[in-house]
Amino acid sequence: MTLWLIPLLPLAGAAINGLFGRRFSRKLVATVALAFTAASFLWALVIASRFLSGGQVPIADHVATWLQIGDFRIEYGFLVDQLSMVMMLVVTGVGFLIHIYSVAYMEHEGGYYRYFSYLNLFMFFMLTLVLANNYLLMFVGWEGVGLASYLLIGFFFRRDSAADAGKKAFITNRIGDFGFLIALFLLVKNFGTLQFADLFDKVAKYSPGAEVGVGVLTAIALLMLMGATGKSAQIPLYVWLPDAMEGPTPVSALIHAATMVTAGVYMICRSNAIFSRAPIALTVVAIIGTLTAFFAATIGITQTDIKRVLAYSTVSQLGYMFMAAGVAAYSAAIFHLMTHAFFKGLLFLGAGSVIHGVGGEQDMRKMGGLKKYMPWTFWTMFAATCAISGIPFFAGFYSKDEILWQAYSSPHGSWIFWLVGVITAYMTSFYMFRLLFMTFTGEYRGAIEPAHGHGAHDDHGHHGTPHESPWMMLGPLVILGILSVVGGYVGVGHRFENFLAPVTPSVLSEPQTAALAAPESAALPAQQSEPASENSGLEDELMAISILCAFSGLGLAWFLYVKRRDLPDKIADSLGGLYTTVLNKYYVDQIYGAAIIRPLINGSRAILWRGIDAGAIDGTLNASAKGAQETGGAFRRLQSGNIRSYAGWVAAGAAVVVIYMVWMGTR
Amino acid sequence: MLETVLFLIFAAICVGGAINLLAQKHPISSALSLIVVMGSLAMVYLLLGAEFVAAVQIIIYAGAIMVLFVFVIMLLNAGEEERSATGSRVAMVLGVPGLLAAAVTTGWVLTRHGPASTPVVLGEFHGSAHAIGRLLFHEFLLPFEVTSVLILVAIMGAVVLARRGE
Amino acid sequence: MVPLSWYLLLSAFLFASGVAGFLIRRNIITIFMSIELMLNGVNLAFIAFATVRHSLNGNVFVFFVMVVAAAEAAVGLAIIIAVYRTRETLNVDRVNLLKL
Repeated sequence: MTLWLIPLLPLAGAAINGLFGRRFSRKLVATVALAFTAASFLWALVIASRFLSGGQVPIADHVATWLQIGDFRIEYGFLVDQLSMVMMLVVTGVGFLIHIYSVAYMEHEGGYYRYFSYLNLFMFFMLTLVLANNYLLMFVGWEGVGLASYLLIGFFFRRDSAADAGKKAFITNRIGDFGFLIALFLLVKNFGTLQFADLFDKVAKYSPGAEVGVGVLTAIALLMLMGATGKSAQIPLYVWLPDAMEGPTPVSALIHAATMVTAGVYMICRSNAIFSRAPIALTVVAIIGTLTAFFAATIGITQTDIKRVLAYSTVSQLGYMFMAAGVAAYSAAIFHLMTHAFFKGLLFLGAGSVIHGVGGEQDMRKMGGLKKYMPWTFWTMFAATCAISGIPFFAGFYSKDEILWQAYSSPHGSWIFWLVGVITAYMTSFYMFRLLFMTFTGEYRGAIEPAHGHGAHDDHGHHGTPHESPWMMLGPLVILGILSVVGGYVGVGHRFENFLAPVTPSVLSEPQTAALAAPESAALPAQQSEPASENSGLEDELMAISILCAFSGLGLAWFLYVKRRDLPDKIADSLGGLYTTVLNKYYVDQIYGAAIIRPLINGSRAILWRGIDAGAIDGTLNASAKGAQETGGAFRRLQSGNIRSYAGWVAAGAAVVVIYMVWMGTR
Repeated sequence: MLETVLFLIFAAICVGGAINLLAQKHPISSALSLIVVMGSLAMVYLLLGAEFVAAVQIIIYAGAIMVLFVFVIMLLNAGEEERSATGSRVAMVLGVPGLLAAAVTTGWVLTRHGPASTPVVLGEFHGSAHAIGRLLFHEFLLPFEVTSVLILVAIMGAVVLARRGE
Repeated sequence: MVPLSWYLLLSAFLFASGVAGFLIRRNIITIFMSIELMLNGVNLAFIAFATVRHSLNGNVFVFFVMVVAAAEAAVGLAIIIAVYRTRETLNVDRVNLLKL
């Protein structure tokens, strides 16, 4: 099975467009980019279909040995099991749709070939990340998607804010990657391998009190979590994601909503063998996820920039996935990851369509009433909003409900996680419908003939009344809309969970017992079926509560933003300082700036620059140069250039030699 | 006895010429005194039995080389030496005392051991052209041929250096 | 019956006066002649030792020294001409920089 084709096809596309795209016409650039992505998607489908029709599981593809240092071996190897298959299909599928969308959306932008080259490059790295069969190759993809993300956030590099946002994303991710890298070092040191199969084997065979203790596993897991918080925008490293909205909207959809930011969730689920044996780390994951979900949702309520609302909602939803992973419900996390890719990708594409339609405006206060101008966009976005809010029978309902149930019932879970999750679900429903109502209902509040400003974002130069987007953009919206509606049915009756079970043994009550139980996967069905039957009554009650939350959120949004439009401002006024704090994102950026960045810059200036660089390094250099100069100045007198002086020295030297010889001879 | 007298006479001329060379201000006078030194040196060589070298000394040194010197002096129209203020202090302070010390030491050693040294007997040994020719074309054939290359290089170097700049 | 040391004394004197000429004279041609004087002093020592030791090698060596002196004179005088052309002086005290 030539798995390597899947990541390599987009790389070929990126190379062709990157190297020669300058001379290509726009049509040719788009054709190349789409063809290679489509080929990759189709090949992924072929492999998935063989897989599902009872093929060998998992599919491994060892291309070549990368590194061989003694017994330590890293290969260029790819692996498709249930987990990476889901990721592979999501990445190639959603990626392909967004490529199609981009063709129309980016039509009026400069750097067309650059855009598609970066986008294909991203696909290559993302697929390397999810298909790698060892941590090091995964890390290559991990860093690569960071690079592609940086390039695409800073795509409009002439705008300072975009360039800064790119740097912010890159640097913030670097902090997380540092942790991930240390985790890899610890793995190599303690287990001597980074190949998933060998590594998880060794981890599974460890017993308490053995050489590798729980402490080491916990440390590894926490460091991995650090990497994941960077990539997946969790507290405390989430700050880059809202700023990443400076990139083109399809990029936000693909990289900063559907795929790349889920890499952290994927990594934790991939490493479930480690996390499940480090209960403390697992709890930390759940706490971080829960906090992030709640925290980001509160910010999302107050934002007025349509893309920022979506950005915070992404952070919030990623928090849900972390919560699920943190209660060892890995399949629920991946399930939500998948449905989230559909509806959040759709929401961003819809937002892009709206921005495109109103001429580059992103402020929701200047929109409104767009439903009659762009019905397709409205209905697809409505489906996505229902999905994210957890309205029954939409995709997000199943995945979110699964997460909430696991948060409550899992041995690692707690009712606190559930409670915060439900409150967050309520807020999610509220701010998403707020977005929908502010954008699509009421009267159009923007200028019909914008005098200026339509070049401010994404540089879309449209005039006149809002208009529906071309079919090239609506097609992906519709497909994703359908997926947002039906995507959840794969999870009905634990089907998705059972599908992923071989890779992500859902719940390990105690690491020790799991270690003793010979093959983990064999012990699974028994563990699963038991709580499902016993707690089905409770599960229904909890489900009812979350449905109630979803609808009440909807209702509140309708009341405030359709019925009584004057109320939101009054409420904001009455809340005063609290509202301002949330509106300014709890001043987290400012706090980071004051607590970390400013001391770092000042310290660098005072110690590293003035002290070490200018003082020690330059000082040593200048002193030695000055010393050489002065010595030279002293000896320069010898080199007077006067021949007779040289003769004088020679004569004096000869005299010394002669006298010495005579003295020695007569002694 | 006669040879001692002859040696003393020519040695005296040599010393006088050398001192005159240093004393004269005009380079042409110095050149003429150098010719005197070389001529009398040729006589001293004869006293030592080196007939061939004495002849070559006259022909090459006093003849060819010194003609070249005189020619250059006249070509450049070199006048009397000028007294420049920017002399070399090192040469005077270090060089001249050093030279004197070395010379006095050497002279002291030579005079102290002088009487005991081997006497040179006139006619005892001949550096004839025949014998030297045999030596040059047998034992020293390679160095002898190499000197021709050296002279060729010197000629080309002289031409290149003295050529007027383009 | 002249002792060898007398010849050597003469040789040393010629050499020393050559060095002295180098040290005290300023005219570059005179300095060059002082070099010739030094060479002659050395030649005398060669011949004297050759005669005393009854060996012709000293004479052959003097021959080679003369060849070298001839070549050196040709090149040296050419250099003097070149220097005079560019500096218009024969005073070595004024020729103390390589650059013009």
